[in-house]
Amino acid sequence: MDDNTQGYKNRAREILEKYKVRVWGDSEIYTTRGTFKGIILPRSENDDDKHIVLKLITGYNVGINIDTITDMKEIGYKKANYKIPEKEFPYSEGKPNIKLIGTGGTIASRLDYRTGAVIPAFSPGELYGAVPELADICNLKTDKLFAVFSENMGPEQYKTLAIAIGKEIENGVDGIMIGHGTDTLHHTAAALTFMVQNSPVPIVLVGSQRSSDRPSSDAALNLIHAATAAGTSDIAEVMICMFGPTSDEYGLLHRGTRVRKMHSSYRSTFRTIGDIPLAMVTREKITHLKQTYNHRRSDRNVTIKPFFEEKVGMIYYYPNMQPDMIDSMVENGYKGIIIAGTGLGHVNKPLYPAIERAVKAGVHIFMTVQTIWGYVHMFVYDTGRDLMAKGIVPTENMLPEVAYIKLGWVLGQTDDPEEVRRMMLSPVNGETTEGEPYNGYLVFQGGTPEIEKFLCTIHM
Amino acid sequence: MKKDLNPQENYQRTRDLCGWVPRHDATRKTYEDIGFMSGLEVHQQLNSKKKLFCRCPVGIYQDFEDYDTEVVRHMRPTLSELGEYDGTALMEFKTKKEIVYRLKNITTCTYELDDTPPFPLNREALAIATEISLLLKQNIVGEFHITRKQYLDGSIPTGFQRTGIIGIEGEIFPEGRRVGIIQVSIEEDSCREVSDIGHRRVYTTDRLGIPLIEVVTYPDMKEPNEVAAAAEFIRYLTRSTGKVRVGIGAGREDVNVSATGGTRVEIKGVAHISWIPELTHNEAFRQRALVHLAEEIAKRKLDIKTWDITSKTIDSAHVAPYLLEEISLEGLDVVTVNLPDFKGLLSWFTQPDQCLASEISQRLKVVACLEQPNMTHSEALKPLFDIKSMEHVAELLNAGDNDAQIIFFAPKDDIPTALETIKERCQMAFAGVPNETRKSFADGTTIFERVLPGADRMYPDTDSAPIPIEEKFIEDIREQLPKHLQEQIALLQDWDAPEDTYNYLLRNNLIQWIEVITAKFGIEPHRVVTLFGHRLKELERKHDGMIGLDSILAMFDFIAENKLNFEYAYELLKEVYLNPKMPMDECATLAGLVILEPNKVEETIYKMIEERKELLDELTQECGIKYVMGDIRRRVIGNLPMEMVYEIVVSAFKGSEEE
Repeated sequence: MDDNTQGYKNRAREILEKYKVRVWGDSEIYTTRGTFKGIILPRSENDDDKHIVLKLITGYNVGINIDTITDMKEIGYKKANYKIPEKEFPYSEGKPNIKLIGTGGTIASRLDYRTGAVIPAFSPGELYGAVPELADICNLKTDKLFAVFSENMGPEQYKTLAIAIGKEIENGVDGIMIGHGTDTLHHTAAALTFMVQNSPVPIVLVGSQRSSDRPSSDAALNLIHAATAAGTSDIAEVMICMFGPTSDEYGLLHRGTRVRKMHSSYRSTFRTIGDIPLAMVTREKITHLKQTYNHRRSDRNVTIKPFFEEKVGMIYYYPNMQPDMIDSMVENGYKGIIIAGTGLGHVNKPLYPAIERAVKAGVHIFMTVQTIWGYVHMFVYDTGRDLMAKGIVPTENMLPEVAYIKLGWVLGQTDDPEEVRRMMLSPVNGETTEGEPYNGYLVFQGGTPEIEKFLCTIHM
Repeated sequence: MKKDLNPQENYQRTRDLCGWVPRHDATRKTYEDIGFMSGLEVHQQLNSKKKLFCRCPVGIYQDFEDYDTEVVRHMRPTLSELGEYDGTALMEFKTKKEIVYRLKNITTCTYELDDTPPFPLNREALAIATEISLLLKQNIVGEFHITRKQYLDGSIPTGFQRTGIIGIEGEIFPEGRRVGIIQVSIEEDSCREVSDIGHRRVYTTDRLGIPLIEVVTYPDMKEPNEVAAAAEFIRYLTRSTGKVRVGIGAGREDVNVSATGGTRVEIKGVAHISWIPELTHNEAFRQRALVHLAEEIAKRKLDIKTWDITSKTIDSAHVAPYLLEEISLEGLDVVTVNLPDFKGLLSWFTQPDQCLASEISQRLKVVACLEQPNMTHSEALKPLFDIKSMEHVAELLNAGDNDAQIIFFAPKDDIPTALETIKERCQMAFAGVPNETRKSFADGTTIFERVLPGADRMYPDTDSAPIPIEEKFIEDIREQLPKHLQEQIALLQDWDAPEDTYNYLLRNNLIQWIEVITAKFGIEPHRVVTLFGHRLKELERKHDGMIGLDSILAMFDFIAENKLNFEYAYELLKEVYLNPKMPMDECATLAGLVILEPNKVEETIYKMIEERKELLDELTQECGIKYVMGDIRRRVIGNLPMEMVYEIVVSAFKGSEEE
């Protein structure tokens, strides 16, 4: 890309070239709407080709319509050097050694003029520049494995991550943090739970709901909480560490197989489903909520199982779904299907023949519930019994996304129906549980007097 | 320097040194001599139905103690787009404040709490802002870019205000003098502060997100009254659209002031335009005083690089018995600080009843979160300790004869920041006037609020796409523009409007009403001017609340239909104002007014004189006429001009004399 017309296309670019003014040029633009002075900024690639962006001396940006331009002059040049100040991350004897593995996401970030979005900054020095408190908690090393958005994380990345984690554990780290976009954070958490078994140290996945270029970002506090958990907690499991309430109060540690992103934008978006979280975490301490968990050990006996069959899919059932939805998956060579059924785990009768055809073709089908909370109970109604008779296996209270990841992981290792079934129903770490605690399902209804009264007494 | 410095005398000496005089003694020359310069940032809420970036309603305010829930946040500085940290940002971070938001469901959604990205910009607000921008004769931008302007004080939960420029340049002519306009921006209003104590600041979110415009002028004002005049002008101009919010807090001014040798200091959130002259007057002299102070430091040959403070913490139990005032020192450490070669500087005049030490104390409150009274010093105008104790402190610190001492009270954790703050403010005195924003008070003085933010705190809003401002959008608004304020003022002059009506008529945007009424009913403008500018103003002052143009038009329709004259309106207005829903004839009855057949007026007058004959016989003719005129007024007014009524009364008296 030509640096002098960065991001400008077609006519806007021609105008810049015609008047010989450059991006970052301090310029005067004469237009039919008056004269504008400022520094020409790069244009975001997705914006139109009809405007030129100017940063005024007051710091504001404005756009100039190119059709109104009568003349332009470059009178200076000031290229921005956007850089998070890098300070060497201090090493202190006695503090836990943590490895932060980067995958992308907005934990620490800066502006990308190409897209107008933010891109991550990542080196320990940059992180220390942005969140100096980290040095009070741990000695930090970082490794950027990929730079992808959360939605682009997939099986290849899961496997690479699992192997990298295995190496770090063998090398003796005291805890691992993984910086990750939040959209599919819980998919990755599930995948790592299955692929990295028997870890002696905490593996904490962390992200942020507000990018770190915002003063009210949750990124710094999430990092601080995650570092505390990774460095000092006794819980040696794959966990997600994100805000408990939307207030800056404490983080929650969620078991990697029981957690889900439940709101598109709230800070407190991650919730443990059908159980209570493992622990609360603040800068000062970790408060255990669940009494049973895998404890930290000093050995290095971790088992890495980096397997994944990519031909696994998920179907979200809806009324009047046609059988060809399932037929087409079979025809396209899918080996496993997770169905998110209604209620206790149901689909309609017209799908039955398609299900029979699929099972006959050797496709492994498992049932989860789209109610998210609760168990699949296929004995309650005839529909459920019919379905089981046709070869669909209920998966207890496994979350649909977790079931999808687990089936991919299982089919990466075997396609023997009995073995697949056995592995799916034997929990690795809490993806199915023997029961649901009464406080594992709490979705309060605002407006009711007792809840309104309660909200008055807490911080949201 | 003599050892026995008298703080009061020193304060007065340094006040005289900078040339401070009370404002009523200042002339244009006074301000020329000190290089007075001032510019304005006028904030005006727009009267849109919904907020700027979400669909919450505008203009519903909660009581501070009435809220549905609370949210807690902290703010961290971030880098600007050009890769630099902003000065204010770093200072705010030092303060480590816990910010608490009190919210009511009715005025607040997840957007205000920064838990949902912005919805598309409110187009109604964009149109109103464009209208005002056109009235200011500005260059309208081609594309509206939403920018984040950082505010780390917590007044906006995101930590930044979403704002954008609609127009640049432009001009106005208050009192005939040109004042240039730098820019007009559209922004979201901030939270209302409930309290700010120690490390905890509380806000309500009701006002947050209301569309505002900010009109920024060049520093073209050369004396305090001009600043107020420009502020009034901009206020009337925005009101002339009829699309801005009125009432307490709907319009606020930030005033920038500088004087020779000083720098731009921003006085924030001035609630009343009438405060501006005193505030700007004092600020200009404060800057001059600080310039003289810097010269004094230069004379003493102090080197900023080597100059440093020393401190010692002493047990508060030892100190408490010597306090002259009752101050609770519970949970606080007492820290003594020596300022080498600073004798005579702490009591240096800055503003009426304030000296350099006041500025240090204010910074201790804002930066180190120490509640006032947070300190005293060796030159206190109102001492907290007797001289003996202060001498003891000086000894404890091994102070030299030319040193000054501060004693402050702070929780242990805040002491490092407090010491840094004291040193920093003293070092700033070497250079003169610090860049800062100040908070205003009704008495015309100000206190430190924040470090003045720079352009570094601006960052493009990655959540919103730019909005093209099409030619047609502008032209449609241009066609509907109200009469320009300049022309409105010219009209008032043409109409020979009394001076005391200008403010009221412009403030309430009544010129257009006067035009409508005079055109429709053929009434002389001057009469309508006084009807509104005196009569209506009086009613509004007493009863509060504004009448609608509909009611006024209905009143004049009634008068025209019944062939009454203008004097009727003067009497009827009160009841129409008080009873806006009542039919006009009932309002007239309430006002004791009547409608007479044309030939009945004279009859009524004669009849009345006849009824009062006995009483009138007792009076002189002159008194009798006065009495009758007073009594008959309500019974005939509007039916016949009062001067003609007078003639009839006089001739009636003459007639009875002849009998």
